[in-house]
Amino acid sequence: MLQYIIKRILLVIPVVILISFIVFYIIQLPPGDYVSSYSAKMSAAGEVMTQAEMDEMRANLGLDRPVYEQYFVWMKKIILHGDFGFSFNFNKPVIDVVGQYIVLTLVVSLVTMLFQYAVAIPIGIYTAVKQYSAGDYFFSGLSFIGMATPNFLLAIILMYLSYNWFGDPLLGLFSSEYVNAPWSMAKVFDLMKHMIIPVIVIGLSSTADLVRIMRGQMLDELNKPSVVTARAKGLSEMSILFKYPTRAALNPIVSTLGWSLSSIFTGATITAIVLNLPIQGPVMYNALLGQDMYLAGSWLLFMALLTVIGTLISDILLAWLDPKIRTEFRGN
Amino acid sequence: MRTLPVFRRQKPEVFNTAKTKDANYSSQWRLIYLRFKKHKLARASLVILALLYAAAIFAQFIAPYGLQSYDSKYVNAPPMGLKLIDADGKFHFKPFVYGLKSERDPETMRKIFVADTDKRYPIQFFVKGEEYKFLGLIPTSLHLMGVEEPGRIFLLGTDGMGRDMFSRIVLGSQVSLSIPLVGVGISFIIGLFIGGISGYFGGWLDSAIQRLIEIIRSFPTLPLWMALSAAIPPRIPVVTMYLYIVIIFAFIGWTDLARVVRGKFIALKNEDYVIAAKIAGVSDAKIIIKHLLPGFISYLVVATTLAIPGMILAETAMSFLGLGIRSPATSWGVLLQEAQKIENVALYPWKLFPLGIVILTVLTYNFLGDGLRDAADPYKK
Amino acid sequence: MTTQAARTEQPLLSVQDLKIRIETDNGVMQAVDGVDFNIYKGKTLGLVGESGCGKSLTSRSIISINPKECETTGSAVYHSESEKALHNLDLLSLPPTGKRIRSIRGRKIAMIFQEPMTAFSPMYTIGNQIMEAILIHRTKDKKKAKKIALEMLAKVGISDQEKRFDQYPHEFSGGMRQRAMISMALSCNPELLIADEPTTALDVTIQAQVLELMRELQKELGMAILLVTHDLGIIAKMCDEVAVMYLGKIVEQAPVKEIFYNPKHPYTKGLLKSMPRLGGNKSKRLDSIEGAVPMPIGLPPMCGFYDRCKDRIEGVCNTKAVPKTHISDQHSVRCFLYEDQSEGESQ
Repeated sequence: MLQYIIKRILLVIPVVILISFIVFYIIQLPPGDYVSSYSAKMSAAGEVMTQAEMDEMRANLGLDRPVYEQYFVWMKKIILHGDFGFSFNFNKPVIDVVGQYIVLTLVVSLVTMLFQYAVAIPIGIYTAVKQYSAGDYFFSGLSFIGMATPNFLLAIILMYLSYNWFGDPLLGLFSSEYVNAPWSMAKVFDLMKHMIIPVIVIGLSSTADLVRIMRGQMLDELNKPSVVTARAKGLSEMSILFKYPTRAALNPIVSTLGWSLSSIFTGATITAIVLNLPIQGPVMYNALLGQDMYLAGSWLLFMALLTVIGTLISDILLAWLDPKIRTEFRGN
Repeated sequence: MRTLPVFRRQKPEVFNTAKTKDANYSSQWRLIYLRFKKHKLARASLVILALLYAAAIFAQFIAPYGLQSYDSKYVNAPPMGLKLIDADGKFHFKPFVYGLKSERDPETMRKIFVADTDKRYPIQFFVKGEEYKFLGLIPTSLHLMGVEEPGRIFLLGTDGMGRDMFSRIVLGSQVSLSIPLVGVGISFIIGLFIGGISGYFGGWLDSAIQRLIEIIRSFPTLPLWMALSAAIPPRIPVVTMYLYIVIIFAFIGWTDLARVVRGKFIALKNEDYVIAAKIAGVSDAKIIIKHLLPGFISYLVVATTLAIPGMILAETAMSFLGLGIRSPATSWGVLLQEAQKIENVALYPWKLFPLGIVILTVLTYNFLGDGLRDAADPYKK
Repeated sequence: MTTQAARTEQPLLSVQDLKIRIETDNGVMQAVDGVDFNIYKGKTLGLVGESGCGKSLTSRSIISINPKECETTGSAVYHSESEKALHNLDLLSLPPTGKRIRSIRGRKIAMIFQEPMTAFSPMYTIGNQIMEAILIHRTKDKKKAKKIALEMLAKVGISDQEKRFDQYPHEFSGGMRQRAMISMALSCNPELLIADEPTTALDVTIQAQVLELMRELQKELGMAILLVTHDLGIIAKMCDEVAVMYLGKIVEQAPVKEIFYNPKHPYTKGLLKSMPRLGGNKSKRLDSIEGAVPMPIGLPPMCGFYDRCKDRIEGVCNTKAVPKTHISDQHSVRCFLYEDQSEGESQ
């Protein structure tokens, strides 16, 4: 088992290196650089930068060097010093900007993930067991619509409804009085209240997806001969349900763990922009638009890494859950 | 002891009554067709999609107004109801709309529109309107419907610049409905090609391609889209912009299809009938065309159909954020930009109409894909 | 062969007029259509027929484990001498997911299946799955249950039980898995064992071993067996009595020797002719029955074998339902050819 894990981890390394390449290439793609977008901003404010000033600024920021050199400098700093570069927009190291948003980003993502599994698995089981019942049609219909609705627009509709019903659109993650307040029970409660809409919005489409996967898996598993065997042994329907089909149907769900993380980030990015959440989405968006290359690059790298790690974890979990792979490493 | 199975074990489908007998001996495509026909939801979806695409093709003809035509007198006007019975209870054979007059809401002092029952404009068909090129070729000014000047027809209301929502949705569908098709089409070709190479040659090439796919899939899709879209230079011609976006979508979308192709290729390569053909000396090219392709082309069609909804949603999202299609071109995502502000949704709920059409399209594609998937597997119960 | 005395004994299980209907896309399928048989203590009844004739559905309906799409009518009266609550109890009248039928499943009536690979779940160890039945019906004590399970594994000839107990189904060979399956079925000393094609998935030498094991255990435990198979060789080796099923009906039923030496129904005769025999004429091709089994959907009242029958009587066999004819006390057949030989009772 350990051997397998080590092998999988080693396979990740070249993938990560290539990802960093691609990330750097992508953030270089937009025409112009930070200096040109900065000077454009300046000139909009009435200050015109001369070519010499711009060149000097480029030289200061290291932007005058060839792309591959910039890449190696960036990578060297990351590996040797854990230094991800400097955010031009925020005027502080990227690592500080990341640190500022990472906690809430992870909180929102993980809560969303818990939400989608906690909702999708029971509904998936229910709709499979009661196939073609009114409840099945209801939830299946709902999950179809959930998959078809762009989540950012759902965000707007929910905001509107919450504004109508509670007089508060629940924008952001904190009410204004708590934004800069120190942590307290009231602040946590306020955060939880504000997280309802983002979590539903971000999680909805993957939840709908999961419901459909779970339902399909359960339907397959419910008709397996092993279920008939269990029934012939005299087990009650409930114990059969949880011991055999549910357990087997969870395997493919576990294998989606890695991708699920990726889809949460995707959903979170755009939802956060609409809902004005203080998480990475809007930061990333602005960094991309404003050519804040090291910040954008670090975020992209970071998210790709998380997805790779998520996939790694789900591969390992899957191997561990599958007796065939597990027993191979038992070493009889 | 000898215990040979003495009965011919056959699939029960083969013994069948005369009615379904022909189904057992028909070609693969006929089987798919027969099963698809049974799937009512998928059939209905196909009809709806056909209508939507027909509307997109003839968009300039169907839309009463052009993309940029606006009337500042009618900003944020509500949808007009098509009526047959007027305020006096009189029945009119031709459907008509009332004119709009603006008033102030006595409480909020906000400008609102109310129907002006004194001005009745019957709908006229095949009227002259703005000039356009029919199917991009024939210059004409004929429109499906319209009302007499100075009347206006806003079936789904107007936007913040006084542009007809209905016309813009119909015209926007040209972009919103074609981008996913072209995008998926390109992904299909790339996926078929790369997946085929990967599955057919195997070995190091396969591993390398698999790693590459793994890497592309490791990026959270949307940030990757955002990053790539941010790279599209501003102020470029509409056609170029369209191409850029299609290419970005295809670039990300092909990996799924390549995986499907590769998986099927490998599975089929080891099927007994393929090995039998190989032993019989059939050439590689013929094996691929005669034995492998028909085996998975139906799965590919299904995978492609199911990939479209994701592209529609992605295009909508990107355009909504201003990273996809940009003005002056329009798509449903662009139309939804006005719905970004909660006040707009609260005061002018008709700005969510494009959302309805997005949901309808995505749902019908999903149902169609589901129906095709069930149909593509004719022996599966 | 069963004697006259055995006939007057009360059967362990008496199935009467069993019918199973299944709704399908193409109409209502009459999968099982009026099946009667008795199973006696310590005896083996063979249920033989082609795939799709309804033999598996019949066997499974006894303990109500068919899918819920199957609409079952008729009765299956169980009579256990050892337990008062199980005197003359109609199993089909019990709710299929209720406590009472569950207390019979696995404890009084156990079942083994055709495919030992899929019948075990790949997720749990063999030991875990054997212990399950013991923990429900015999003891709540896990240690005791494990002891019983290990004993059972030893009884079915699995060596190194302690290690085998903790292994997963994929680590067992096919024959071993079927042995484990038998040990699981017998772990609660059932009075009736339903074996649904127990050896079909095994290769021939293993088949013989498993059948031998079943016979030994039957002698030791005194249980009755309902053996479902399509293989007449197995019937000859294992059974006391045989019921031949065709298209949802029992077309002929008789003691095993009667079936082999004095078959009546043209279908039974056809089956026997298509069976290879030791010492038979090797150059001669085996006979096969022409034609295919029709789908039992919307069939008119007539002999289901009519289309394939060499001895059919036009105007008789294809016009009405075939009654049961008693050739002798223990031999009955559903065929118009023997109607005049009837000893009275027909239905």
